[in-house]
Amino acid sequence: MTNVRDEIVYMDNNATTMVAPEVVEVMIPYLGNLYGNPSSMHTFGGLVGQDISDARRKVADLIGATPEEVIFTSCGTESDSTAILSALRTFPEKRHIITTRVEHPAVKSLCENLEMVTGHKYRVTRLKVDAEGMIDIDEYEAALTEDTVIASIMWANNETGNIYPVEKMATMAKQRGILFHTDAVQAVGKIPLDLKNLDIDFLSLSGHKLHGPKGVGVLYIKRGTHFVPFLPGGHQEHGRRGGTENVASIVGLGKACELAAANMEEENTRVKRLRDRLEEGLLSGVSQSRLNGHKTDRLPNTTNISFEFVEGEAILLHMNQHKICASSGSACTSGSLEPSHVLRAMGVPFTAAHGSIRFSLSTYNSEEEIDYVVEKMPPIIELLRKMSPFWKGN
Amino acid sequence: MWEYTDKVQQHFLNPQNVGEVEKASGAGEVGSLACGDALKLSFKADANDIIIEAKFKTFGCASAIASSSVLTEIMIGKSVDEALKITNEDIADALGGLPKEKMHCSVMGREALEAAIADYRGLVLPMAEGEIVCECFGVTDLDVIRAVNESNLRSVEEITNFTKAGGGCGKCEDRLREILREAVGKKAEVVNLDPPPKRMTTLQKIKQIEEVLEREVRPGLKKDGGDIELIDVDGDFVTVSLRGACKSCKKSQTTIKEYVEKKLRELVLDNLIVEEESQ
Ligand SMILES: Cc1ncc(COP(=O)(O)O)c(C=O)c1O
Repeated sequence: MTNVRDEIVYMDNNATTMVAPEVVEVMIPYLGNLYGNPSSMHTFGGLVGQDISDARRKVADLIGATPEEVIFTSCGTESDSTAILSALRTFPEKRHIITTRVEHPAVKSLCENLEMVTGHKYRVTRLKVDAEGMIDIDEYEAALTEDTVIASIMWANNETGNIYPVEKMATMAKQRGILFHTDAVQAVGKIPLDLKNLDIDFLSLSGHKLHGPKGVGVLYIKRGTHFVPFLPGGHQEHGRRGGTENVASIVGLGKACELAAANMEEENTRVKRLRDRLEEGLLSGVSQSRLNGHKTDRLPNTTNISFEFVEGEAILLHMNQHKICASSGSACTSGSLEPSHVLRAMGVPFTAAHGSIRFSLSTYNSEEEIDYVVEKMPPIIELLRKMSPFWKGN
Repeated sequence: MWEYTDKVQQHFLNPQNVGEVEKASGAGEVGSLACGDALKLSFKADANDIIIEAKFKTFGCASAIASSSVLTEIMIGKSVDEALKITNEDIADALGGLPKEKMHCSVMGREALEAAIADYRGLVLPMAEGEIVCECFGVTDLDVIRAVNESNLRSVEEITNFTKAGGGCGKCEDRLREILREAVGKKAEVVNLDPPPKRMTTLQKIKQIEEVLEREVRPGLKKDGGDIELIDVDGDFVTVSLRGACKSCKKSQTTIKEYVEKKLRELVLDNLIVEEESQ
């Protein structure tokens, strides 16, 4: 029997990525013979502890940090929550947070539920975005007050791929004694980052977005930044995150970071060219289609395109027939009834918001796949438009 | 991934009767682009009132397209009177069922059918009357009551799944709960009807804040030649204005946070947030 997964055209890498075969390979021994507890005194466990140290160094190298600044968590969401809650507990008297209207639910929902989580009410400034999804640095500056505890601004947006000027924003926060967190889950591995000379206090990343395993994440905590653990418990991670380590996944993440560093150049040249070819092919191949997001300040792998007058889920299901995997910001794919908060924040008109498709590539994509998708999409859109009461032709 | 039956997939991938009937006897249009789905249904009836042709145009997800397609199949061959008896449940059943979040697609089919038949008979639709409850999706109280009765709905969540009402900003949830309570009457058991936990009303809050400012805060400020005035209370946000010597004082922010806010949190409500009126 052939495995369907070998034949699919996978362009949904912002949702999750294929675990690199090299990563799988290094993980397997820890799911088998090497089951020791890294905290144990005996050599059998202790050696596993050294493998974790190696992984930590590889993660640190990828982001320009030192190993002591890296703690392992269970996912990107945990890293986000840990960073923000640590800041709130460090400055309990301050009651203001700055974030954006386009954050991933990992940050967005936390900010909406702070009262439930902390027992205190917080004032949350959610920075607006323009039609291209970019934030206004002046609005940000004006929002920084003495009462502000932390600014949490994503490095890159998962739906549009837009990149935000977090380096500069972190410096502006630091000058006012405000902590800065960035959700870099989509940025790490896709664009080069070097935290060494930056004023970023906390950074979150997640294994499964860079060809590592699911269920492992990292929180970077700048040396000198005060930290309050989210999961006190054992002495793991120097008491900063309790819980016996997810050894196999941590080792896998280390390998994934090593590969990401080696592939960074390709990601920003070949993958970017593939993305551009796909984008141009779709925008020119389908009339009344539009790009959602910023033309240039964007991850090299992401393109989000709206096909007007048709609905995203219907598009995705037809794509599924051709084994093409992508995502939609459409309401009907999410179980909620409104299109994605990101597209709404950008003011994408309703005619287009319901028909948005996000394609997110990786180094595993080929030119043939791009051409295949560019060929398959126009007839799908045409078919659905013929059925749409709003479609009046070109 | 939605769990669709084979029948839904079949009608989605190979929809029947797409288009518009020429010289239609009746046509109805429901939904809008903003809602995320819309359906235009048209049909032709012969001299005996039998529907001989029906076509649809749909903007929406797979189940919206499948519901429209199967509806045209059910209609054709029926008399107009019989067609009027088709319910949204009939449409969903013909598809082998729909995921509950998608039931509104079958409701849209039924509504378009009614609109088309009303058009055929030259009637004004009763549904066009009623009072809009959900502004996001333009759903009226009559739409809601009807869905509650026909599909035996027992919670606001179910109302949202069937009619979309409440699925947008959510402001109408209280009103939906009220309609539900009225529609179901006392006999039936309604879930999720507990009133929200009791909180201090704004008026009570203002009164207590004034008292605390007068008793605990003002005397201290006056000693330094200053004063404070309460400007506004909005939810947990208390806006004040510092007067006299306090106004020009560089420490005014500290005064407000360290002194005023602390006192108010201690003596009125511990989640109050005090801010200075912006100039
Ligand atoms: C921007 C962003 N932040 C956070 C997350 C959550 O990461 P995880 O799935 O590891 O919790 C994601 C993944 O969907 C993401 O795209």
